[in-house]
This record gives sequence, structure tokens and C-alpha cells, in this order.
Amino acid sequence: MTTPVFQELRLEAIRREFGGFNALKGVSLTIRRGEFIALLGPSGCGKTTALNCIAGLLALSGGRIMLDDRRIDTLRPEQRGFGMVFQNYALFPHMTIAKNIGFGLRMRGTPADEMARRIAAAVQLVRLQGQEAKLPGQLSGGQQQRVAIARAIVIEPPLVLMDEPLSNLDAKLRLEMRQEIRRIHSSLGSTTIYVTHDQEEALSLADRIVVLREGEIRQVGTPEELYARPTDLGVADFMGYRNRVAGRLVGEAGGFVRVAIDGGELEGLLQGPAPKDGRVVVALRPEDLRAGAAGSVDAKVTAIEYRGHEFVGLAAVASGAELHFSADERLAAGAPVRLSGARERTLVFAETAA
Amino acid sequence: MSTESPSLGARLSARGLDGTTLLVLPGVIFVVALFIYPFLYGLWLSFHPKAGPALANYTKFFSDPFLYGTIWTTMKLALPVTLINLLIALPIAFRVRLLRRQRLLTTLLILPITLGTVLVAEGMIFYLGPQGWFNRVLMLAGLISSPVKLVNNYWGVFISLVITGFPFTFLLTLSYVTGIDPSLEQAAATLGANARNRFREVFLPLLLPGLAITFCLSFVQAYSVLPSAVLVGDPSSATRVISIAAYQAATEEYDYAMASAIAMIMGLTQLGVVALVLGLRSLLYRGPVAAAKG
Repeated sequence: MTTPVFQELRLEAIRREFGGFNALKGVSLTIRRGEFIALLGPSGCGKTTALNCIAGLLALSGGRIMLDDRRIDTLRPEQRGFGMVFQNYALFPHMTIAKNIGFGLRMRGTPADEMARRIAAAVQLVRLQGQEAKLPGQLSGGQQQRVAIARAIVIEPPLVLMDEPLSNLDAKLRLEMRQEIRRIHSSLGSTTIYVTHDQEEALSLADRIVVLREGEIRQVGTPEELYARPTDLGVADFMGYRNRVAGRLVGEAGGFVRVAIDGGELEGLLQGPAPKDGRVVVALRPEDLRAGAAGSVDAKVTAIEYRGHEFVGLAAVASGAELHFSADERLAAGAPVRLSGARERTLVFAETAA
Repeated sequence: MSTESPSLGARLSARGLDGTTLLVLPGVIFVVALFIYPFLYGLWLSFHPKAGPALANYTKFFSDPFLYGTIWTTMKLALPVTLINLLIALPIAFRVRLLRRQRLLTTLLILPITLGTVLVAEGMIFYLGPQGWFNRVLMLAGLISSPVKLVNNYWGVFISLVITGFPFTFLLTLSYVTGIDPSLEQAAATLGANARNRFREVFLPLLLPGLAITFCLSFVQAYSVLPSAVLVGDPSSATRVISIAAYQAATEEYDYAMASAIAMIMGLTQLGVVALVLGLRSLLYRGPVAAAKG
């Protein structure tokens, strides 16, 4: 029943339909042993469907899932031997913490003494010593989350699947558990597939991020690649490029293109070939659009808020379109402001690239 | 009274008593007038027999096999019927929980409840009687040589109770089954539990308390059987259930005190079974059946 250690897991054009709705439209992906993969996307993008298909909780409508040269999409979940952590933890409410963690071992017929040893080790790994005899309902959300993780990894699965495991926790605990999950992944040397809609989580945890949208893969890459070079506006949107301004190409200088927008001009890096009609969209993060005298875009401050190390605000250009920007000082609402973009971090897409 | 202390009204409302509390009055009146008063009156009446000491009715009941035998006769019907209804309802509920059109099925199942026992009994006599379709088809097929007797005996009441009791048992069971978080089963599956282990380790422990309640309610319903015991049973011997004894005492012997005593004994015996089942239930896990959340 235990799945041997594998070299790679391959999704080969996997599809899943729900009564006419295509949740997954042919997703292909190769995951190497030891990798931490994040499936990132907005709700409804198919990321949880993909995870459930890998776990065996959903049957495929098409395609194959291969573990090295073994086809596994035809196996039932209990035959795959993957560990899964559910969004709502799915702890057995009638079993103690120790019984919950030991469930997978018991199903495998592990001898009692070995079971006790491995449960104790798992409890220690997730730092829940002293809680073994309690019921899940007696633990806090963060503790329950750790039980869920311990229960999934105690069977030493070759692949750990996590479905938004941190979404029910508060912000502080989320940060703590994030480090915990990465630590556990590294100390076990397992392969992890982690589903999330939180780009920060994906960026900080994953070796590679897979961005899904409407059932299709939009981009695969390291966090650094995705953060700096999203291949389209959809991915850019997810990577924090909150400003998307329509403009027109007006020139080129030293590898950068100049784009005329409402209220002024911005420079940036053109992604892909230049569109024939010159219509482009400029994508820019708020922290890369700063208020200052040397700015190239004229706007009026409409709102500003303090973020500790800087101020962030909204400014409207003449047409009424609003830009997210950052500033070193508090600017009065309604005051005129000049904004300058960091051109090496400004991306220019052809307008058709949705 | 010191001037500092809050008014009586404020103190009462702090304890949850205010104008809104009056809304329970109609309900209280209803329960008192239609349940508590008749019950207490019946209890009082049962200790005032036509002749003899206060306990005469009870001693009479427990010294006459024709009377105390009805307890066993009723148990012999109600217990297996309840158990069988539960055992049929459980696997069907497990299948139905995965269906999308649950409402249609639920509606279909409620129909027998609305029909009532009398209509079901009539139908059974026509369908399962010696001249009914059931026997004629079996005889035509050469499976039997003479009609199987399925009405006017123990089995007639048994079948009738299964038909009329099943929808109720099923609907209760379904609500307990669907109340269990499906992710628990998925979690068990990913941890290597096959279907049998998922049922035994996850579903059954979480369901048992609910099934115990279902058992009690279904049992009480079956225990008070009267119409079908008369219509499709053998009311003079094999299906002479305890309610028939009470009915006869009241309407044939005009001995209301005796009838009340029998009713009290009937109540106590059902209570005994219910208390036993609930006592066993208290040994089980009874917490939430959803995945625990923080």
C-alpha cells in the first residue's frame, strides 16, 4: 500500500468536468521529487480540483497521472498513499489527538510499538507534546492544523497534498505555521503540493509556483521569476502589479519603451513583440510608483494611508483613472502629485494579453 | 428595598425573563391541558380500581398471562421491526447522501406516512391476501402450491409496521448521515482506510448516538401499534398487543381504571427500553460530527 519513493509525478493533460463545466482544461505538469510546488490562483481556477484529482478524491474526465512509469489516476485514494491536509483539517472528532495521528499507521497494520514511536515522533515534530490524549475540539485552530499535518506526514507519504491549510487561521498564526510547514517539508525531504490563493504564501513557501486560471496553467516558475517576470497581465495581477494603465507606445530608448498614458509618460520593459497598433497596458506595483518632484505623471491625491515604513495612496489622473502609489511623507488629499515609475520593474504588455 | 437596586423587571430580564417570555404561554397551556393533565389523571385513576386495594389493577395485570403476555407480544413486534427498519434505512441513506435529487426521493418517502396505517392495511389485504396478486403470481409461477399466509397474523402486522415505519426511520437516519462532514471520509481514504474501515472507524462511531435516538423514536412508534394489529393481524392471540388490552378494558369492560393502569404499564415498558438504549448511548462519543474547527 505504501507508494515507493518516486522520481517524478507527471500530470498528463488532465481534465475534469462538472456537468458541462470545465474545471480543469488539460493541465500538464511534471513535479520532481523533493520539490515544494504551490498551485496558485483565484477561487474557481481549478487548483483544489487538481489537488483532489491527484489525491484520488475526484476521478479524471481525461488525461493521465503518472508516478514515474506507473499510472495512478485509476487507483482509489487509499491505494495511492499520499498524505493530505484539508482546509477544514478534517480531524476525526471522536478520536484523541494520538488516535488521529495514528489512524493512517493503524490502517497499514503497523505494529503497536512502532506505531507509538512514530506517533511520538510526529507529535514532537509539530510540537504538540502533552496534547495527545485530548479530543480535536479541545484544541485551538493552530493546534488542530498541526494535528492535521502530523496525521498526514506520519505515514511518511512520498507526496504531501495541502489544500489551503492556513486559510482558517489568523494572520499571526498563519505566518508561524508557514515557517513550520516549510521546516517540516525540509526535515522530511518529502514532496509537497500546496494549494493557495495567497501569493505571499506561495512566494515564501514554494520552490516553484504554478499559476492556474480558469482551469489552465498560465505560468510555471520560481517565485523570483514569477514576481519579476509574469508572462501575462493575469499573472501580473496576482503578483501584486496593482496598477494596470492603458497607454500607447511612443518610443524606445536603451532597452526600455516609452508609453504615453493619461497625465504623462512611463518607461518600462516591453513583454513580447510590440503590438502593431501601439496599444499597450503598463503594469506596475504601488511600491514602484513613487511620489516625488522628478515624476513623469501628474495626478491628484485622492486617499493616503500610513503603512509604518511608508505611505501608500491613490491618485487620480485627469481622466479619473486611479493609480496606486507610495510616498515618503503624508500628502494631503486633493493635493497635486508627480509620480515616477521604476522603469526596470515596469512591465508593458500588448493590450490583447488579457 | 434600597433605592440603588435595579427594578424587579430589570432583574428578571437579566435572567432572561421579559415580555417575550410570555410567548411560551400558549405552548405551556397546550402541553399542560393535553398531556400533563390527562397523564396525571390517568395515573391517579389507575390507583382507584373498581374494587380492591389501590394496586389491584396492577396486581391483576401481572397475575393474568392473557394481560401480561401482551408486553412480550408487543416487544416481539416492535423490537425486530425497529431494528430491521434501521438496518434497511442505513445503507439506503448512505447511497442517497450522494444523490443530487434528494428532495424528490424524500417526497416519495413521505407519502406512506401521509397515507396512514389504515390505507396501508387495506392495500395489504388486497395485495398480500390469499386471493391477492402476490400469492396468485407466485402460484402461477409454480413457486408455491397454496397461498402463503401474510395477513391476519404476526407477519401481516410486521410488514405493515415496516411499511409505515420505514419512511420515518429513514428520514431521521438520512439527516444524521448527511450531517457528517464528507471531508472526514475523504481524510480517512487518503490515510489508507478502505470503504469498510471508513464505515467502521469513522461513520459508525459518529452515527451511533443518532441511530440510538432514531431507534428510540421508531420503537415508541411501533410499540403503540393498534390499527394494523387489528386490521392485518390476529388481534385475539398472535398480535394481541398491549394497546389492544387497554382498548378492550376501556371500551368492552368499561373499566377506565384498568385501562389507565395498562396504559401506565405500556408507558413504563417503553420507557424501560428507551432508557436502556439511551443509557448505552451515554457511553458513546457524543460531540460534534463535523470536522472540529478552531
